[in-house]
Amino acid sequence: MQNALHIAWLIPLFPLLGFLINGLGRKHLTKSLIGIIGSGVVLASFVMSIWVFMQVRGGNTHVAEYFNFIKVASLKIPFAFQVDQLSSLFLLIITGVGFLIHVYSTSYMHEEKTEHFGRYFSYLNLFVFSMLLLVMGANYVIMFIGWEGVGLCSYLLIGYWFKNTKYNKAANKAFIMNRIGDLAFLIAIFWIIAKVGNVNFGDVFSFAEQNKFTSADITIITILLFVGATGKSAQIPLYTWLPDAMAGPTPVSALIHAATMVTAGIYMIARSNILYSMSHVTMSIVAIIGLATALLAATIALKQNDIKKVLAYSTVSQLGFMFLALGTGAYVAAVFHVMTHAFFKALLFLGSGSVIHAMGGEQDIRNMGGLGKKLKITSATFWIGCIAIAGIPPFSGFFSKDAILLSAYEKSPVLYGIALFTALLTAFYMFRLLFITFTGKFRGTHEQEHHLHESPAAMTIPLIILAALSFVGGFVGIPEAIMHGGDKLGEFLLPVIKPHEGTPVSHSTEYALMGLSTVLVVVMIIAAWFKFKNYQRTEATGLGKVLENKWYVDELYDRAIVNPLSRFGGFLNGVIEKYVIDGVVNGVGKAVNYGSRQLRLLQSGQVGSYVLLMVLSMLVVFVLQFFLRK
Amino acid sequence: MPINYYIFLSIALFCIGIVGVLTRRNAIIIFMCIELMLNAVNLLLVAFSKMHHATALAADTATTAGTDGQLFVFFIMVVAAAEVSVGLAIIVMMYRNIHSVDVNFLNRLKH
Amino acid sequence: MIAVLLILVPLLTGLAAFFIKNEKQVRSWALLSSLATLVVSILGLAVLHDASYLAYKTEWMGALNSSFSVKLDGLGQVLCLLNAVAFPLIFISTWRSTYRNAYNFFALMLLTQAGMMGVFLAMDALLFYFFWELALIPAYFLCSQWGGPQRIPVTFKFFVYTFLGSLLMLVGLLYIYFHTPDNSFDITSFYKAALTDKEQTWLFWLLFIAFAVKMPIFPFHTWQPDTYEQAPTAMTMVLSGVMVKMGVFGLLRWLLPVLPLSSYSWGDTVSSLAVAGMIYASLIAIRQDDLKRLVAYSSIAHIGLMCLAVFSVNVIGMQGVMIQMFNHGINIIGLWIAVELIERQFGTRKLSELGGLAQKAPGLAIFFVIIALANIALPLTNAFVGEFLMFTGIFTSQATKFNIWFTVLAGLCIIFAAVYTLNLIRKVFYGNTSAAIADAKDIHLNEKFVLGVIVALVFWLGIYSQPFLGVTNKASTDITNSISENPQLQRIFKK
Repeated sequence: MQNALHIAWLIPLFPLLGFLINGLGRKHLTKSLIGIIGSGVVLASFVMSIWVFMQVRGGNTHVAEYFNFIKVASLKIPFAFQVDQLSSLFLLIITGVGFLIHVYSTSYMHEEKTEHFGRYFSYLNLFVFSMLLLVMGANYVIMFIGWEGVGLCSYLLIGYWFKNTKYNKAANKAFIMNRIGDLAFLIAIFWIIAKVGNVNFGDVFSFAEQNKFTSADITIITILLFVGATGKSAQIPLYTWLPDAMAGPTPVSALIHAATMVTAGIYMIARSNILYSMSHVTMSIVAIIGLATALLAATIALKQNDIKKVLAYSTVSQLGFMFLALGTGAYVAAVFHVMTHAFFKALLFLGSGSVIHAMGGEQDIRNMGGLGKKLKITSATFWIGCIAIAGIPPFSGFFSKDAILLSAYEKSPVLYGIALFTALLTAFYMFRLLFITFTGKFRGTHEQEHHLHESPAAMTIPLIILAALSFVGGFVGIPEAIMHGGDKLGEFLLPVIKPHEGTPVSHSTEYALMGLSTVLVVVMIIAAWFKFKNYQRTEATGLGKVLENKWYVDELYDRAIVNPLSRFGGFLNGVIEKYVIDGVVNGVGKAVNYGSRQLRLLQSGQVGSYVLLMVLSMLVVFVLQFFLRK
Repeated sequence: MPINYYIFLSIALFCIGIVGVLTRRNAIIIFMCIELMLNAVNLLLVAFSKMHHATALAADTATTAGTDGQLFVFFIMVVAAAEVSVGLAIIVMMYRNIHSVDVNFLNRLKH
Repeated sequence: MIAVLLILVPLLTGLAAFFIKNEKQVRSWALLSSLATLVVSILGLAVLHDASYLAYKTEWMGALNSSFSVKLDGLGQVLCLLNAVAFPLIFISTWRSTYRNAYNFFALMLLTQAGMMGVFLAMDALLFYFFWELALIPAYFLCSQWGGPQRIPVTFKFFVYTFLGSLLMLVGLLYIYFHTPDNSFDITSFYKAALTDKEQTWLFWLLFIAFAVKMPIFPFHTWQPDTYEQAPTAMTMVLSGVMVKMGVFGLLRWLLPVLPLSSYSWGDTVSSLAVAGMIYASLIAIRQDDLKRLVAYSSIAHIGLMCLAVFSVNVIGMQGVMIQMFNHGINIIGLWIAVELIERQFGTRKLSELGGLAQKAPGLAIFFVIIALANIALPLTNAFVGEFLMFTGIFTSQATKFNIWFTVLAGLCIIFAAVYTLNLIRKVFYGNTSAAIADAKDIHLNEKFVLGVIVALVFWLGIYSQPFLGVTNKASTDITNSISENPQLQRIFKK
């Protein structure tokens, strides 16, 4: 009992049990029992995770092999878990936020039929299980198992309301786009196997530290892993699935598409930071893609009218920030932002869920307005979430975003400039959302207005807890400039993540940057207030229309990739298969048929012709015999 | 007499027979030509038999070498006789049915 | 002893089945027989794995130096087990189908099984050829007698394709026979045959085409979708689950070790064909509207990957092929069962006319989704282990310079597989219920049992496949070494 690390395997086991019980017993259990089991197992994991976390803080880490998942010739891939600083932190986020969202779901999904309610919770538990596998895996293959597992759960949950074809298509899109990334991840694994001969994190990293990789290898491996991450974490060019994934129930969006699964890519790169630090090419690519995604998604979010779509693009944008941090070498900042983002984005999603719940399924913010008066707790917590994401001190978002901006500044002022601009856009669109939804006059139907009500406690309590976390979450990473030794997170992660070697900026510059961003953010919020406090519906034109249509990227993909491939498949099926290959096959048959029909004419039945033929052929034989005789 | 004379005679008879079979349409003439060919072969057999026997006698007075050729001739003659009887019977039947012995009418084989 | 029993049990019970005229009795008889075979097979795998039980040799055609020599090695173990597992599953799942002249049907099924067992066990080329044909001929009758409306031309195509392949193979085998040191059909003599490069080249193609038709490899595949579509479902399961493995098996036992030089020098050509076929079949599968044809094309793509891995000549890849042969057999039988059920309930196989089945038959939906996802190699399902190993083998292959290209191009099919499989699931199970399924029912107990067994195997082999990999380890190493340790090729394959 001394060491929780030896029973760390219980952490993923609990949700797996929950999945099995809820999945198999969904027809026999009652809703409350399903809810209790579903949330209870995650709570159990959470408690275990805290225990594990305490042990890890004490300096213990642990790698445990359970059995050989694959062992062929020299290739040995154990089924092994690794509990260290990085994974224990993610364990806390996943199980903690996960638990709150499970509790929230018991109320949010209460109108579903018992059977589907059970299905929902079993999927959710399965997701938590896969996610835990992903972060606890001690090698790339186990990580990949979790990686595809979360993709599967995401697919199942996006398509949870399976009667709706549009939702199902969104689910398919999510899975397929993820698979494109997964392929790159797989090839990276093969590459590692080819070079290292095994995939354990420890072996791969020590191999890298001994400089046994060539620089080409390391660049290709890191780029491939990054492509995998762009799929899972919705970065250019594979980001388009995430906004569509909002088809799933809102708690799912909060858990999977905001707080946990989409940060898997960041986890993976942070885990492989030793490899990434060795390739400057990849680092630059990661930073540029991250920043470009952040900016692109932020511009799109400016003009979205679906409450969840705004949050979805905001998520894409924030993930871009995290990749920017990774690309500039600030791994700790990225992980820090993952954590704070998990708090405030889950809060915002759950808040939007509460709004949607109150509005009876309505998601278009143009039909809302003035909800702040009716939904007091939701609105208050939403405010906190928006302030946190906008980055106003001392809310959590400020500290993590500041760390990212700082590392961008260290790398290059241009990166900093664009990142700051994106951060301002973030503040603007988030407060646009806030003001349109919660202030002004109500613009929906009369029935909706009548129906408005604050959500039950099972939904508001998670909101309040998350709001509190969004407020205090940043204090674990107070910059050195403000408080000496305030960067507890960086210290904690030191054994896994090497501090990046940039030229540190002076404290005065750091103060100036913080001040600048804070002031500008406040200005943006005030601008948003004046623009949207009395929102009136208007048609978007010009650039606004392009933004509303998401830069037409989906259409571009359809035209450039999906349709040609599909047409090519049709061509293969309709023409090549039918006429060329089968044509040749049937052609051979026809040729034989035709040939024999022609040959049949020789059989005239005339005795004379037969005899003539016989004599002639005998003559030929004689002649041949005569001439060919040696 | 040199063996060559026999061979040339035999070839001549055989070719006449072949040409006859190929060119004539009357079944009976074709028949006769076939007989001609058979006899050409018979002639050759006898001639060679005689030749081999003569050379063998020089070495050994009691030899029977070469006589088997003459034996074959008898076989061929028997077979030819049997064939003639069956063949003529067929021709007679044919004549009764189609009142002709022209072989070009006999093209039923193609069906 | 075990090896002989594996052939004799289905052979004798099959012959006896011709005389059981009562349909119900003959059905039970066939099931019992297949269960007995399964027991024998498991005995051979788990209990009596002493060499004396697994091999048997006796005089057969002494004049030709051919003997009745059978042996159950690692490769044979896996395939015989697949063969033995497949038939009970097939019989149980099609328990409710009725057949004209049922006694003939079941007798021919059992004879097919016996033939395939013989193929997997034979250690003598003539015996191998004999069983190869023995498996083919009942299959021909099964398709042509109990198939769909287009069965006659389709079966004819199937027959001509496979028979042509068989004849080419026979020529090849005879030629090798005359060049063995002791003029013997025994496999060990075949491995020692003295053949020049040139001879190996054309012999390689003779044999490869025979096996390629069976697998099938692009462009020898067009018989397959047609036959799968028209054959009775039980036969389709046999064809796709077990019989296509005869092709892969042929490569592993009779091609690579016998003709190592040409297998190496033509490896790139064959691999390119396999990759092209994979992409080709996947793209066609995306556009298919017919359920059966879709599954057929997906099977072509999966077999292509196996062929690619075989020619990577790498122990890891070889192990992947071994385990994947079993996995693919199990998974595709599961898919066919589901397809059959769907067709029976809707009366149509057109994706465009289906929809919403998940509401009417949730049990079927769950099983189908699990098996379909296993088919696209989701981790923790059996196919992941196989495909992961195969891809690793292809990527780390020393037999080709294009290993990265092959991996990437074959990898594209992972994505395509997701596309067509998810589309299939969406169109059949999700969405609103179509009018056709107003009175659809969920699955029966027998089907539930079979699908349950398959799903259990899917997870067992997906999570803990080590026992399985242990069985085939030696066979994989031997086959790989037959090429990589060939004196003329050694310098290419560095350790």
